[in-house]
Amino acid sequence: MLMKLTGGRIYDPEHGINGEIRDIYVDDGRIVNAPDDGKIHQEVDLRGKVVMAGAIDMHTHIGGGKVNIARTMLPEDHAADVVARTELMRSGCGHAAPSTLTAGYRYAEMGYTAGFEPAILPVNARQAHMEMHDTPIIDKGGYVMLGSDDYLLRMMAANDDQESINNYVAWTITHSQAIGVKVVNPGGINAFKFNQRKLDLDEKNSFYGVTPREILLRLARAVKELGIPHPLHVHGCNLGVPGNMDTTLDTMNGIEGLPMHMTHIQFHSYGTEGDFKFSSGAAEIAEAINRHKNITVDVGQILFGQTVTASGDSMLQHAAHSHAHPNKWVTMDIECDAGCGVLPFKYKDQSYVNALQWMIGLETFLLVEDPWRIFLTTDHPNGAPFTSYPHLIRLLMDRTFRNETLSKLHPEAQKASRLGSIDREYSLYEIAIMTRAGAAKLVGLADRGHLGVGGAADITVYTDDADREKMFSRPDYVFKDGNMVVKDGDLIDVTWGTTHVVKPEYDNSVEKSLKGYFDKYLTMKMGNFKISDDEIVDDGRGSLTIQPLHKGGRI
Amino acid sequence: MTERLDEGVWQEVPSPFCGIASDDLTISVSGQKVSVVENGDAVTIAGFETPITDTSPRVNGKEVSLTEAVDHIATLLRDSQQTVISGLATDLNGARAAMALADKNRATVDHMNSTGAFRNLLVLQDTGWMNTTLAEVKNRVDLLLVVGSDIEVAYPRFFERMVWPENTLFGQDIESRDVIYLGQAPSGEASTSPAGKKAEVITCDDADLPEVLSVLRALVAGRSLQAEQVGGIAISVLATLAARLKQAKYSVVTWSASMLDFEHAETTVQTVCEMVKDLNAKTRSSGLPLGGKDGDTTVNQVSAWQSGYPMRTNFNRGYPDYDPYLSDSLRMLADDEVDTLIWVSSFDVQRPPPTSNATTIVLGRSGMKFEQEPAVFIPVGTPGIDHVGRAFRTDSVVSIPLRQLRDSGLPSTFEVLSAVEQAL
Repeated sequence: MLMKLTGGRIYDPEHGINGEIRDIYVDDGRIVNAPDDGKIHQEVDLRGKVVMAGAIDMHTHIGGGKVNIARTMLPEDHAADVVARTELMRSGCGHAAPSTLTAGYRYAEMGYTAGFEPAILPVNARQAHMEMHDTPIIDKGGYVMLGSDDYLLRMMAANDDQESINNYVAWTITHSQAIGVKVVNPGGINAFKFNQRKLDLDEKNSFYGVTPREILLRLARAVKELGIPHPLHVHGCNLGVPGNMDTTLDTMNGIEGLPMHMTHIQFHSYGTEGDFKFSSGAAEIAEAINRHKNITVDVGQILFGQTVTASGDSMLQHAAHSHAHPNKWVTMDIECDAGCGVLPFKYKDQSYVNALQWMIGLETFLLVEDPWRIFLTTDHPNGAPFTSYPHLIRLLMDRTFRNETLSKLHPEAQKASRLGSIDREYSLYEIAIMTRAGAAKLVGLADRGHLGVGGAADITVYTDDADREKMFSRPDYVFKDGNMVVKDGDLIDVTWGTTHVVKPEYDNSVEKSLKGYFDKYLTMKMGNFKISDDEIVDDGRGSLTIQPLHKGGRI
Repeated sequence: MTERLDEGVWQEVPSPFCGIASDDLTISVSGQKVSVVENGDAVTIAGFETPITDTSPRVNGKEVSLTEAVDHIATLLRDSQQTVISGLATDLNGARAAMALADKNRATVDHMNSTGAFRNLLVLQDTGWMNTTLAEVKNRVDLLLVVGSDIEVAYPRFFERMVWPENTLFGQDIESRDVIYLGQAPSGEASTSPAGKKAEVITCDDADLPEVLSVLRALVAGRSLQAEQVGGIAISVLATLAARLKQAKYSVVTWSASMLDFEHAETTVQTVCEMVKDLNAKTRSSGLPLGGKDGDTTVNQVSAWQSGYPMRTNFNRGYPDYDPYLSDSLRMLADDEVDTLIWVSSFDVQRPPPTSNATTIVLGRSGMKFEQEPAVFIPVGTPGIDHVGRAFRTDSVVSIPLRQLRDSGLPSTFEVLSAVEQAL
């Protein structure tokens, strides 16, 4: 079934195509060359339309224990956005902590064709995959969390060599079926179990004597040496703490040039100036990002309204518990592996701090020069639900709209920000980099995020509209693996995406020590911890896609 | 991974029966006969060794094919104004199929253990908690406070595996661990340390637990009290307990909500959880609700991610509608609000459906006996014996892969409920 998408205006940054009129041919889920014989089975007229690859959310909390705690604890939040069953779609709920089914439908309806869960606890990975398995249409995958697990910290305290750590990292990523490695408050979640309440970059874990800086270096090196395309994904120390910009700058400087992705950087860009002892560090942080070519970031933009914060960072979620709105919250210590914290939160435009957080996020977007190294996220749902992306895109592309919104926020916060003086407006090409080509490259998806021959036919088609929020809310068409799943903004077909993973090589001898550790200290057998490929395929709806490692990526 | 050693002997078999998901069992299988060879206990042995008796579906007591039984269920559901799908003692995919069917047929979902489970869930939804998981208990606990629950009856290996392990990560002397029961006294010796140190017991009646826990929380928070005793316990005894909780570096407070069997026990669970939060102002302390039986955590998890809500959700209006009181299936059945009940009970022959006036369809473990023959009975496979599956344990964090140990030919709950959904 060869399909021709005719005459659309193509934005394909991977191939340097910036708004050129071209035809695209699709066969068997892939983008192909024009057929020699000219035979076309179906043609879709895209003349006058804007065409991009399907969008990729490289950091969105869509599956796993803490997300499901958030869902369970927020019946009142769902009640305002219950979703009825249709002939095509299952019922569910939306907003801050949407049901898996509704999340998949809504991502697709916005033109997104992939989402990556950034905080998969190894011991909870099975659950994360179960939930992602029940998330329709979009492709998925995730980053496995290390850095507060006792196994790694024991290795580091014993000064094990880098190769042993690489083996452990590769083993963990393989058997939790992940595509990257994340570290959250490096060592801090573990330190909280020993009753430490903060852990700066060079502060030692009271039991292991290991510092966050050392953990980051060891893990970033492991990721690099294993050839895992996605750089170490770092939720740094001191999230949300005024003055944390210094830690963030130190973290960038301290990684010794290794690739590192610093996530939801907005939450880590705070100074202590001014009457409120809370100020924007965005300019300094952006300047450092511009200078350090090994660093990538996503923003974690906040937008105003009710949401819920779900994080692996039990230490700082506990520290923030008095801000829970409504006043209920959960933290957990988890299985000598990690932890989590869930706090409902309401960002208020008349709060100085929240208004400035909003400005800091946008300043960061606008001051980081290279769109290949910054990514559009709200850290769903922590800064705002993912359904607010079209609004966020408008804020980036439309300075007048941005400044009008700015003028309604807390007046002292307006004075404390230089946002109003920044003229930059993102172009469609830059949006396509941030949400497609750059994101695919960052996650390590060889066949996604672009419209070249051989790529997967994940394609989104928009009607150009000066109101960018409107434009990005309801694409004309979305094709997933060549199937038209959205037409005129509405879902017309439900398909099931693949799970992207990497399989770095490791020396099997790592299992000898791990087996003993599982038997002695943990509560399940090593063999039962491993998630088989069959579990991902499950009832036949799931599939695994193994993405290539970087060249030389083996031990 | 569960490994098949010799013909018919399996090692590292996970148990879906015990709530704490012990996965060190050795099991032998000979034909359809399953025997726990190593690391069994009263709960897991009964769970694994229940023999297969009936294998044929029945409609109104008459043996029929599976297809006929499925078609008959579909007919009953088509005519139903209010279906309840309950019991729901099943695994991941059984729960998925039940949710899909409920969504399609506008049914209400509930679980056989909801009465207990909601004593915890209501607290999660109202104020939250600070909880921990089993491996943290195993390696860190220095003071274990057991509230109102004789836990070894339902969780026979909890102490052996989590409180008295041979090895721990942080150099703790196991014998330095203290176990204190508040409320119920333990019925056995599981809580006694390997060297013979017995648990301390501060007894009171269940009815006094709400007051006793409130006083304990007040003492932890540093409030002074006029009373000299509460529920027969001297305040000074509770003051000492409060002081020990504050001194402990990693206390764990545990309870089995199904054993807190008194009116509005959720408020007592809330008192406990808020006390744990208060303790964390200075030291570390965690709650550990014990559950995870009959698929209860699994089903609440699946329901939450598919609908946004736990059990006791109805789909009458085409969307999930959560009400822990109105959609309590026991209340609905007692008030004759239900015309058709689908009861899923694939783990335990001792958990047949509640008696009611509703037309009852049972997907039950082979060997289940009924006071009144249900309209439809389909003997289904048990996850982890007759078919593969996955199940969550008590802490809602860890889930285990369940293996097929024998080829019984019994259909899974997933297969039956999916077929019913297709037939509708």
